Amino acid sequence: MCTYIVEKAEIVGSAKGPKGWMKVDTANVYYDHPYHAPLDHALNIDFVNAGGGAGDRVAVELSADSARALVSKILAALESGDAEHGVTAVVSEPGR
Amino acid sequence: MTNPASNAAVSAVSYEGMIAETVMIRGQNGDPVEAYYARPLGAGPFPGVVVIHHAPGWDEWCKEVTRKLAYHGYAAIDANLYFRGGPGSPDDVAARVRAAGGVGDDQVMGDLAGSMEFLRMQPYSNGKIGMIGFCSGGRHTYLAACRLPGIDAAVDCWGGNVIVDDPKQLSELRPVAPVDLTENLTAPLLGIFGNDDRNPTPDQVNRTEEVLKKLGKRYEFHRYDGAGHGFFATDRPAYRPEQAVDAWGKVFAFFEQNLAVQA
Repeated sequence: MCTYIVEKAEIVGSAKGPKGWMKVDTANVYYDHPYHAPLDHALNIDFVNAGGGAGDRVAVELSADSARALVSKILAALESGDAEHGVTAVVSEPGR
Repeated sequence: MTNPASNAAVSAVSYEGMIAETVMIRGQNGDPVEAYYARPLGAGPFPGVVVIHHAPGWDEWCKEVTRKLAYHGYAAIDANLYFRGGPGSPDDVAARVRAAGGVGDDQVMGDLAGSMEFLRMQPYSNGKIGMIGFCSGGRHTYLAACRLPGIDAAVDCWGGNVIVDDPKQLSELRPVAPVDLTENLTAPLLGIFGNDDRNPTPDQVNRTEEVLKKLGKRYEFHRYDGAGHGFFATDRPAYRPEQAVDAWGKVFAFFEQNLAVQA
């Protein structure tokens, strides 16, 4: 579509990229042309450290169907984790 | 000892060559901006073409297009419109620029004007400048054809948001729908569109054409059935070889018509 529409999520955690592990605080999510995946459009997520350089990024480009399947699996994993460990999905809110 | 037969074979070969390299241009506010530049070898004269990359950035495909133009006899330049978001690899920089809301129209126009100036300064230039852009670059082409003087031929390939139906697409960075500037259009315009595209939709293409027609502008639009957005992209499922080959033929005929030096 070639738009610049981006959904931003504040996140807490780490990601492993070419330079090793790094803190990530933002996930930029958009559905548009991918850079690498051989798809016309893809659900793209850039896990970034907003204060870092452009290369401080772990990127995924997923087909729409596989992205939806991933969402349901993430929710399922969180639910089973809650049941097994008794923890809530949100450990701490960013900025608190 | 020379072999007359092999000499004859060599003399029958038609030599061709090109050079493709990174150069620096002066963009908006005199900023140094990197650009990919390809041209045929030889003294020319060669027309120039400014290539405008799509939203995913200054990628391999856009550089292939730049070399394709050089193969066809044009000095072609593709400035990295996201250069200021670096340093970094083009995909990382594109991601960072996107997350920041994209590039602003004024900045892009300055970088394109700088690209045109670079082409005009070359000793082998024939003085003519064309422009071609894809997706968001198609929109930039339409905008440049309305805002920048000195464009001799403009090719908009499926530029989305030339007409803006969703006000959310307007922003401080991109405050104007290019179609609203059509009165200022000076360059002849070629439009290439797929009828399965959703940005721009066939209806939006029709409404853009109505504006061009009403204002008496020089344009030609070509619409392709069975093709959607980005149907030139050989590395995507959207690629439509039959339509793409035909449309590339339209592009080169248009450039030949408007950029060749008239005897």
